[in-house]
Parts: sequence; C-alpha cells; structure tokens
Amino acid sequence: MKKKITLTLNGSQIHVTADSHQSLLDVLRNSLRLTGTKEGCGEGECGACTVLIDSRAVNSCLYPAFEAGGKNVTTIEGVADKKNQLATIQQAFVDNGAIQCGFCTPGMIISAKALLDTHPNPTEAEIREALSGNLCRCTGYVQIVEAVKKAANRLRDKP
Amino acid sequence: MRDFFHIGKDTPRPDGPDKAAGKALYIHDLERPGMLYGKIKFSDFPHARIKHIDTSKAKNLPGVKAVITAHNMPEIRFGFIKDNLALKKDKVRQYRDEVAAVAAIDPDIAAEAIEQIQVEYEPLSGVFSPQKAMKESAPLVHETDPQGRPRSHNILPLKYHHESGDLEVGKHAAKHIVEGEFSTPLVQQCCMGTAGCIAEFDMNNNLTLWAKTQIPFLAQRDFNQALSDMGLKGKNTRIIVPALGGGFGSGLDTHAYEYIAILLAFQTGHPVKIVYNRREEFTNLSPRQSSQTRIVQGCDQEGKLTFRQVEVLQDNGAYTSWGATYPSVMLMPATSLYRVPHIMFDAKLVYTNNTYCQAMRGYGNPELTWALESNMDELAEEVGMDPLEFRMLNRNEPGDTTPMGLKISTCGLKECLETVAQKMDWKGGTKKGKNRGIGMASLIHVGGGARIYRSDASGVILKLDDFGNVYVFHGGVEMGQGLHAVLIQSVAEALGVQPDKVFINPTDTGTCPWDVGTHASRGAFMAGNATILAADKMRSKIFQLAEELFSAEVGKNLKKYMAKNPDYRPPEFDFAKASKRDQFDLREGNVIIKNAPPEPWLRLDLGRMLRAAHFRPQGRMLTVEAFFDPPNELPDNEKGFGNLSATYAFGTQGAEVEVDTESGEVKIIRMVAVHDVGKVLNPPGLKGQIYGALAQGIGYALYEELKLDKGKIQNPDFRDYKIPRTQEMNFPIDLEFIETNDSFGPFGAKGVAEPGLVPTAPAIANAIYNAVGVRIRDLPITPEKVLDALKNQKKSNIS
Ligand code: FES
Ligand code: FES
Repeated sequence: MKKKITLTLNGSQIHVTADSHQSLLDVLRNSLRLTGTKEGCGEGECGACTVLIDSRAVNSCLYPAFEAGGKNVTTIEGVADKKNQLATIQQAFVDNGAIQCGFCTPGMIISAKALLDTHPNPTEAEIREALSGNLCRCTGYVQIVEAVKKAANRLRDKP
Repeated sequence: MRDFFHIGKDTPRPDGPDKAAGKALYIHDLERPGMLYGKIKFSDFPHARIKHIDTSKAKNLPGVKAVITAHNMPEIRFGFIKDNLALKKDKVRQYRDEVAAVAAIDPDIAAEAIEQIQVEYEPLSGVFSPQKAMKESAPLVHETDPQGRPRSHNILPLKYHHESGDLEVGKHAAKHIVEGEFSTPLVQQCCMGTAGCIAEFDMNNNLTLWAKTQIPFLAQRDFNQALSDMGLKGKNTRIIVPALGGGFGSGLDTHAYEYIAILLAFQTGHPVKIVYNRREEFTNLSPRQSSQTRIVQGCDQEGKLTFRQVEVLQDNGAYTSWGATYPSVMLMPATSLYRVPHIMFDAKLVYTNNTYCQAMRGYGNPELTWALESNMDELAEEVGMDPLEFRMLNRNEPGDTTPMGLKISTCGLKECLETVAQKMDWKGGTKKGKNRGIGMASLIHVGGGARIYRSDASGVILKLDDFGNVYVFHGGVEMGQGLHAVLIQSVAEALGVQPDKVFINPTDTGTCPWDVGTHASRGAFMAGNATILAADKMRSKIFQLAEELFSAEVGKNLKKYMAKNPDYRPPEFDFAKASKRDQFDLREGNVIIKNAPPEPWLRLDLGRMLRAAHFRPQGRMLTVEAFFDPPNELPDNEKGFGNLSATYAFGTQGAEVEVDTESGEVKIIRMVAVHDVGKVLNPPGLKGQIYGALAQGIGYALYEELKLDKGKIQNPDFRDYKIPRTQEMNFPIDLEFIETNDSFGPFGAKGVAEPGLVPTAPAIANAIYNAVGVRIRDLPITPEKVLDALKNQKKSNIS
C-alpha cells in the first residue's frame, strides 16, 4: 500500500510517497536521496542509520516510513550549522581523530547530539551508554568518547 | 635530527568534514544513469553437483533485464591459484558458491527474481575440517587442478617450510621444553560499509568499475584478464575507489560479485551495481582463516631459547585467495620474534567445503603470535622466570639478522617491554589481587612494505597549478586509516608548502601511478617515501625556474615595499647574485634564498612564480612523478628465507584482567600498548590506528567467531556475531610510542596499521593465567571455556 506522508525533515516540511513495507531509512536514502544516513545492517544492530525523531535517536532501518508522518526528523544532513559550517559536535569529531572510515560517523554524531541536547554535562558512562547501540569497527571508540566530551565542554562554554 | 614543520603535528584528515556531514560518497551511495541492480543466487549445498538450473520464471519477471549462469556466460577463472570461477558450472563446493545472477531495474525485483531461479542438485558428501580433509578417504573438494590435471588429495599445492640451524642440536641444548597446541577461529572483517561495486561499459567496450578494493592495480590486471575471457581482448578496466567503509584485508582480492557485475553490465549494456547487505556480507565475504598451531620451544638453564618448532594447519575453505600466503607472514614471528638459533617451521593449507578465506589485518601474524607468546609464558613458568625477564633475555636487538634473513635495522623491543612493565607496575609479574592478573605479549611485524609480489612499489605524481596548489595522485587506498592526512603532511614537509595547499585526488587507475596495494601496513611508509622522492624532484624544478625568475620578481617586491616604506634601507645583500638554484629553499609556499636576511619582500610566493613561468612565451608548468620500490626481498616460501620488509615494527602490550570464577567472564581492567613506530607522523591518526586495531584484538581475544555447521554459517548478524561496542571497550588504554627513527622510513617512520591487534589476545590469555591459573589455548576466550578450564583445574587439584 502506498501513501503520501508529510513530515518535517531537517527543518522543512516535505511530502513523500512511501510504501507500507518501507523503512524510514529506505525512504531517506532511496526516495529522497539523502545518503548521509547509512545502512550497516538493516536489522537494528549497528546504529549506522540513526536519525532523530522528535529529538530521540532512533534506528531508521527499523522505523516504518508511515510512522514518520507528522514527526520532526533530523538526519545528519540537518546537523551542520548554516552556511556549510560543521556543528560543534561534528567539528569535535573531526578535530579529535574520531573519524576513520566514517561509515559509523553520521549515526554516532546523531546519537551524540541526542545525548548532548538533553545532557549538556554527561559523564563518560552516560556517553558510552548513549553510543552503545552504534558500532564502530575502526576506532575502538576512545577518540569518539573524547570528542563527545570535548563537544560538551565547547557547547557549555558557548555564550 | 632536524626539526619538522608538519611531521609529528596533529593534522586533521582531509575527508573528515565531509564524513562528519554525511557527504562522503561510499559505493552504497553512488548511482549511475540507467543503473540496474544485480543480485546473486548462492548455493543451497556445501558440496553438490549442479544438475540443472531453471531460470525461465526469473527471466519473465517484469523489470528483469538479464539472468546469467555459467551456461550462458563465458568462463571467468580467478583467485590466487585460479581455482575459482565467477559462476559455477558443474559443481558447488561451499554454501556461498555463485550459481546464477540477475540484473533488474530495482533491488526488490532482483531479489524476487533470485527466488524464482530453481536449481537441481545432486548432493555430495563434504569435508568440514582440515584434519578430515587430509584423510585418504576424504571426498575431493577439487577433483582436478585449474589446468585440468587430476588431484589425489585436498592439500593445497603451496609449500611453506623453513629450517635453520639444527633442530636436534637445539633440542639437545635445551634444559626446559614446553609444547602447546593453539587454535584461532574464523573471523569476519566486519567493515561497517559492506562490499559492493558498480560496473559500467562505455561504447568502446572499455570498463569502468567503482570498487571497494585495496588493490586497484592488481584488480585492473585481473579484470582485464576477465575482459579477455569475455572476448574483449585488449580492452581496459579503469578502477575508481570511492570512500571505503573500512577494508581490513577484505579488499585484497578480486571477488566473484565483481566479475558477475561486469558480466551483467556487458550483457545488459547498463551500469550494474551489486552491494551486499549485512547477512550477505557475513555469509559470502571471505573471513580470516582459522588456524591450528603446534609449537614446541626449549631454552637452556639461563632461559636462553635454544630451539623453536612450529607446525601450522589452516582451513583454506573451498577456494584460494591471497590469504593462502598467510604462512609467509607467520614465518616472520616464527623465526624472528626473539632470538632463536634452531628453528623449524611448516605450514599446510587444506581445501574443505567451508567458506573460503582471505586476508585480514595482521595476515597470519595474530594467529602465530597467539601460539608463540602464550607458549613463551608457559616456558618462562617452566624455567621459573618472570615472563618479562624471560622476554628481555631473548629479545631482538638493532642490527640483528634473524634466521629467515630479516634485517632488523632499528628495534625498540627492549624499550617497549620496559615501558609496559613500568606502566603496569610489573614487579616480577606478581598478580594484582584475588582473580586479578597481568600479562604481556610482544610482536614483530613488517614496517617497511612487504614484498609478496614481484613489485612492492608505490608511485606519487605531484602537479602544481597556477596558484601554488599541489595536487597529489597516489595509487594507495584511503580506507579510513588516515593515509591521506599523512600524504598531506609528507608533501607539505618534503616540498615546503602549507598543508591547506595540498589536495589528494581520488584513487583511480586512470590517473594515479601504479601501487601494489594498501596492505601489510605499507600505506604511509610507501606514500611517504615516494613523496619524498617526488618532492625532491619538484624542488629542483622549482629552483631551476627560480634561477630565471626570482630576482626580477623580488625586485618588483622591493620597489613596492620601498614605495610604501620611504624610510626603509634595504640590507646589503645582492639577491641577483645569490639567485642560484642551489641557494634556494621553499618554505611554507615561499621561495627564499637560504641565509638571506629575513626581509618580507625577499620571498616569492610559489603561485606567483609559477604564473610567471606559465604565462610567458614558451611557458611551462610543473608536474613530477616518483616511483619507490623499497629495499626488501621476495621470500622463497619453500625454503623460508628472505628479507620481506625494509624495516620491522615491534611492540608490547600488557593486559590487566579480572576473572569472575562463577561466570567465567573476563573483565579487562586496563590495557597498555607500547609500540615502536619509528616516528610519529600524525598523532591522532596513529593513536586511532592502535586503538582501533587493539579493539579488533579484544574482539579476537574474547568474542568473535564465525560459527559453521557443516559449512553453513550460523551467526550471520551482529546479534550473534559480537564485535566490541563502547561497553566492551570500557577500560583505559594507555598508549605510548617509541621513536626509533628508522633510516628506511619516511621521516623515520615505520608502518604500524596492523601491530595493534597482533599481541592483544596472548597478553590477555597470559593475564588470565596469572589471575586464576588456567591456560586457554583456543580463541575466542569465552566464559564457557574459562569455566571449563576452572573446573578441570579443580578436578586435577583434587586428584
Ligand atoms: S542499519 Fe539500522 S541499525 Fe544497522
Ligand atoms: S570510523 Fe569506520 S566504522 Fe567507525
């Protein structure tokens, strides 16, 4: 069954036709060609597909596209500040060597953003917990956890 | 040692911002106009004859553009010893054998078409362990060799053997001898970005392939051979490498899915994309080989090693990849980690009906070091020595030539051992409390390329534009390891420009110079050395131009400067006379005269000079190339000799663990990793390499195992195949780098992409032994194995 859904995507209202069996990830990547959100497993096990739905980090590969109707969805494409400038959390990943192959990065950054939006001063345990659904094969997570800490500091220092 | 401007400084990776913004394009993200989606039908049996393939239903499905099998396609043979076929004709030898494939207008239709293909098989009995496969009565996986000659057994026609000294003499001299058998499992690379490619032909029948590969130039050769097999002799393949979602060895061979995409693209006249989903990746991509190692070592009364005997048996699976050369790397630790006078090494690979295997990070070294460093601790205990002292006594030293002929130029093993001991507060290896223990293990690895092919070379082309920008063309592959950041640093340092003026072009066989492949920790070592050569050439060209142009241009500078600063008196310095090619230097993008006064006008912006050289009659622009083939040797594997690498990396890791004797769970309290890296090039990049490798080492030690039942993979997802998450890696890792400034290395550096996972598992196993007195010999060290061992320990204590 096909249906037209309306949602707020990265700040703008959009309409898109989706099929009942389609995941939000499928619609984002294939219908809307927003390929920043990655598919690492398609089964809810890796977090590469993480997006924000109404401020909550969600695996978009398991999220039915229909359910996104009326919701506020943020993908990695919507995280950067205006004018081609990385957001603080993204810049912290770049500066801290937290990115290698980069395939997990969009999902990691979304999960980290979801945490920092609600916990401006997270403990290491909270950071590890928030990222525990995001697999990374390259980094061993050390520099990723550090990047989130640094981003939190920088965000708190911001006026 | 001179001071560096850029080497050793934190350098952000050039692809970082795009990756952070979700803009980097991986194979999964690429699309071509008119592109079709390919899908493969895999075997339903581990060993069977193919009786009949019925594709009629699939062909008639709307949206299906081609259905191919070995019966309607030319035969394409590939693999390290050419024992594999892109599409299987008469027989399947493993569950993942490709029997048919389709191309369709969308992935769903392609998937449906695959379901509609019916294959009739006559099942054959299979062999699923190397031991059984070696039995005389075992069914043959391959009845004939690739040349069609009958085979009589399942052992591969590859010999790996080494003897040096005299084993009997070594045994005779030994006061203590310890023997052990160790095993390692099949392990998946688990790149977060799965495998895939897009194949596209132009109207001249030349092929472009966007490929997830680590060997674009060897792949070009393989695919050109395939084109020839397809009746397109003389046609060419251009390989373009997109952003890679990890490599870890999985891109060191060409794969059946790539040949199938090529066949489908040729058949349909459309670009064809094949991308594996995670389950396909787990079931159809070749993992790291499993291994069984028997090791015997002996030492004299003082603890000096007198001999080492190592026999390895590897399950090759049904076909042969480059991974079949693991033993050539195993030979390195077997003969050369610690000083041993009398050595015997032998390795056998055996065909089975299991999934066939390929390269993974470390390439045989983690397998062998697992046995070797576990056995070192056992022997130390037998002698009654502290494992640290035992290792110190037998350690390698700079200047050593090892029994297989490795020439150890620099060696930081002593410093690595000492630093780990100091960081762990080693104290004779005394345990840290009840059920809490410490252990260590060391490693040797190739750090200066690794000649496993006739050429071990890499090239670099540097092209300057009118603005003083430097474009770099290099055939090595950025998989995530940070190669491009190191290239930028190397160019900036060696040429004398600012890093933000250096641009790395995408890896493309059509534009980049040849490179044997990004493996064996060789990327930064090779790229750095080739860059230094190229930069030297470029500098002399620049200085040649400066001889013609410098004094006129700075003359103009001086005029302008004087006009602005009327009171200025220029120093006594005849810059026209000093404008000689051997007097110039290039610093941060400015041509200057060495030893000239530091006047701001007395420097010439490189871009300005290049424009002056370009826009004049008979103008010129500058491009240079350099090709670097390191001073190393292709080893003779049958005899087991040869200086594989120009230099060798060393390292030691220490583990502190706590064992829960109720559950068998091993908790890592902390890890210490000290590595001889030659020279730190890019600190964040280097740390990332060691942290990341160490995490893979943790997975190898404690969690990861691809489980097979009669050839069928039982855990093809991240639920059942566990790789470390943030929670498993929740312990401090104390890193330190020993800089030995190797004369072969670019700026003194050694390759270090793999060492971080080589000693991790034995360091942990040694710590477990230290904690609770049980020795685990089979990876991964699961709670069940620990509990079993604890139970057996109790039993033997009682009896
Ligand atoms: S792709 Fe959604 S969790 Fe892996
Ligand atoms: S950076 Fe490669 S998976 Fe995380």
